Amino acid sequence: MTADRLPGTAAHAAEAGAVRRPLPAAALAMAGLIAAIVFLPIGTLIGVALSGSGADWPHLVEYVLPRATVTTLALLAMVAFGSAVIGVATAWLVVAYEFPLRRTVAWALVLPLAVPPYLAAYAFAEFFHFTGPVQSALREVFGFATSRDYWFPEIRSTPGAAIVITAVAYPYVYLTARVVFLMQARNIADVARTLGAGPTRTFWRVLLPVARPAVAAGVALVLMETLNDIGAVQYLGVRTLTLSVYSTWLNRGSLEGAAQIAVVMLVLVVLLLSAEQAARRRQKVHAARGTHWRVHPPRTRLVGWRGVAATVAALLPVAAGFGIPLYVFGRYALRRLDQIADPVLLEAFVTSFATAAAAAVLAVLAALMLINAMRLSRGAGVAALVRLAASGYALPGTILGLGLLLALAWLDNTVDAAARAYLGVSTGLLLSGSAFAVVLACAIRFLALAESAVRAGLEKLPPHLDEAARCLGRSSAGSATVILLPLLAPAILTAAILVFVDTVKELSATILLRPFGFDTLATLVYENASRGAVEDGAFAALLIVATAIVPVALLSRGLTRDGST
Amino acid sequence: MTAHRPRALRAGLTALAVAAATAWSLPAAAQETVNVYSYRQPELIAPLLEAFTEETGIGTEVLFLDKGLEDRIAAEGANSPADVILSVDIGRLVNAKELGITQPVELETIDENIPERYRDPEGHWFGLTTRGRVIYASKERVEQDSITYEELADPKWEGRICMRSGQHNYNIALFASMIAHHGEEEAEAWMKGLKANLARKPDGNDRAQARDIYAGECDLGIGNTYYVGLMMTNEKEPEQQEWADAIKVLFPNAEGRGTHVNISGMAMARHAPHPDAARALMRFLASPEAQEIYAEQVYEYPVLPSAEASDIVKSFGDIEPDSLPLATIAEHRKAASEMVDRVGLDDGPAS
Repeated sequence: MTADRLPGTAAHAAEAGAVRRPLPAAALAMAGLIAAIVFLPIGTLIGVALSGSGADWPHLVEYVLPRATVTTLALLAMVAFGSAVIGVATAWLVVAYEFPLRRTVAWALVLPLAVPPYLAAYAFAEFFHFTGPVQSALREVFGFATSRDYWFPEIRSTPGAAIVITAVAYPYVYLTARVVFLMQARNIADVARTLGAGPTRTFWRVLLPVARPAVAAGVALVLMETLNDIGAVQYLGVRTLTLSVYSTWLNRGSLEGAAQIAVVMLVLVVLLLSAEQAARRRQKVHAARGTHWRVHPPRTRLVGWRGVAATVAALLPVAAGFGIPLYVFGRYALRRLDQIADPVLLEAFVTSFATAAAAAVLAVLAALMLINAMRLSRGAGVAALVRLAASGYALPGTILGLGLLLALAWLDNTVDAAARAYLGVSTGLLLSGSAFAVVLACAIRFLALAESAVRAGLEKLPPHLDEAARCLGRSSAGSATVILLPLLAPAILTAAILVFVDTVKELSATILLRPFGFDTLATLVYENASRGAVEDGAFAALLIVATAIVPVALLSRGLTRDGST
Repeated sequence: MTAHRPRALRAGLTALAVAAATAWSLPAAAQETVNVYSYRQPELIAPLLEAFTEETGIGTEVLFLDKGLEDRIAAEGANSPADVILSVDIGRLVNAKELGITQPVELETIDENIPERYRDPEGHWFGLTTRGRVIYASKERVEQDSITYEELADPKWEGRICMRSGQHNYNIALFASMIAHHGEEEAEAWMKGLKANLARKPDGNDRAQARDIYAGECDLGIGNTYYVGLMMTNEKEPEQQEWADAIKVLFPNAEGRGTHVNISGMAMARHAPHPDAARALMRFLASPEAQEIYAEQVYEYPVLPSAEASDIVKSFGDIEPDSLPLATIAEHRKAASEMVDRVGLDDGPAS
């Protein structure tokens, strides 16, 4: 995630390695190995797709894809618009204005990130259903009896799904936009204001254009999350491309056809990412790094009803993305207080926590090494491979997990066959169906988050820092470790936290790859949901949210440490 | 951050990974364990498996997995730890056989206890329980007490029918049975009629259809029998009892060809590492004792003719199951899935 990606404040990352020198063989080999591993699932999927005959396509092209593509694009457009508007507006509000509870609001706006989309979808559908509190209250007030007496917007629709996803995904944009506003407000905005522009004019004419690449980066992540979602759209009855992957695979028995649709989706994503990259490149020559970050910008004070209105407006997205799920699952949980003591729950919590921590460490290490290799080698090949591997984030977890499963199982069976032939022993399945496979899958799946957060951190650094060290005789690897790593610490923390949170929420790859007895909080929720009784998983659902809150809160604080929230 | 920390982290992580890999990749090494890969939630089969362990001394390990269970076993190949596959839909069992990940089992008890139409002709899979795909009808707004699937296309139901996604396993099996009985052309005309009668776009799960009848959104819903039992007895969520109370269960085609039923079933994995234990479990699951536990627990119909359904299930009325073998119905699943796309059933009534 690109929370603290600061556009235009530094030259492009590659330029940091302007002193061209051949990369040490060991580092290159390591980076190559990592790139190969992160590319495993997608490479396997491409292989599966190519092995297919294409027999599914006449049907898909005639009856499925046109409509699914339109629906998917409509959903993406709505989510992009919604999260950009909400993310930017709330970020601007908490940076530029002073109003009651501002600090709390600034922190709380990140909370919906702790709620998985599939839980949000269920909660919204319940909350706004005929039998839910909203419609019940309406009937009470107006004296309606049945649903045929009045009109109420349908949450189980494409716009409804867009609202649900926006409500839990806008924080990606909020985080990126807030960091830019905080830093730029102190520089460009000051200049604009000395020239007589008010805060509103400054926002539209100066800050928004400057923030655009950061907002685009946040939106790109939101869109990838939207594409990989299966739980929410399925429950809300929205026919996206992702759903047609599943019906092709499971109902028509064509894994090849499903892989082919997935690969087409990947192409879409790579195009999307390239557009985002291009947008950033155009903006990279903006000057000054914030030199006065610690100077408090004059916040416009909103008093009286305007202050209250600002508080309420900024809390609305929190109420939707966090409040509604909390209300729905909290009520279920209250009826099941006996579940608190269930040892299964505690065990699942520990498993979730350990898996997420391991995946976070693995993803961040991989991201660091890959970025370092790209920085030093300027190898377009490695960069393209990493971009493609990271775009796996946009694939549904089951599909990406399946790619990894096929690869690991093949590896295991090959090793086993060799061991049987030469050593006379069976090694069995070493990697597939192990906890390691789950961790690896999550690390690969969320590499995009780690990679973009670390890269954003790197771009903030002056480009010639480590060159100085290398002039003084350090090796490239040495200068990276000694000089850059400490400076990257905040970005590394951001990367780790984002991967951690998404792994806690992760369901589909985990459930496909896990060994016997490996229950996470998310798999517990799903076991109940899949038999039509989500309510029995309410405690596990709340624990997912609770586990994710702490790091999310840390993240929210950490990102603004440079300034004063 | 010091320069050494990443190296320490890396070392620690490697150790962790190796330890984890060794610990997890040797599940159930003891001979006296049977490994179950299951579509059915562990909570629901726990009582059965406990009874099995008590009777035979053989332990069990359960892996719950729904999307991709067959593909996982196929990928694991000869080293797969899976002994027995439990499924909640005929489609998955047939697919498992087609992928070549099952093996035939010949056991007298099983053949005696499980009627032929709920078994694979070559012995690769066996039904354990059946569940009727029935009509939930509003007690208030639907007067008739019998119905046929064919009738769901009758314009008199315009704007009155609710269902979950047409691509869901349970609906695919129902549509496949329509194709098996009427041929593709007639079935497609029927599906178009059904689409025109929908009250809204298909979504939610089976319980949600009962809830929407309660809410007055629709008068008829398509759903499985056992959900009604589960709603009726839901102490924790009393409003579900109200939903169940708002509907009556109609068994379609009761007077004709019979109601479409799907099965939950079992199969033995092709490379089962513990074949004897697997056979013992399969024999047990087909036994009268297990059949009755199962029926009582999940409100489904036991396949064993002499075992009784639970009282709640019996209160819905008698089920007269469609006599067409499930293996025949399953052959039309792909056609049914394509038909759902072609007709645009999931797009709802308006389009």
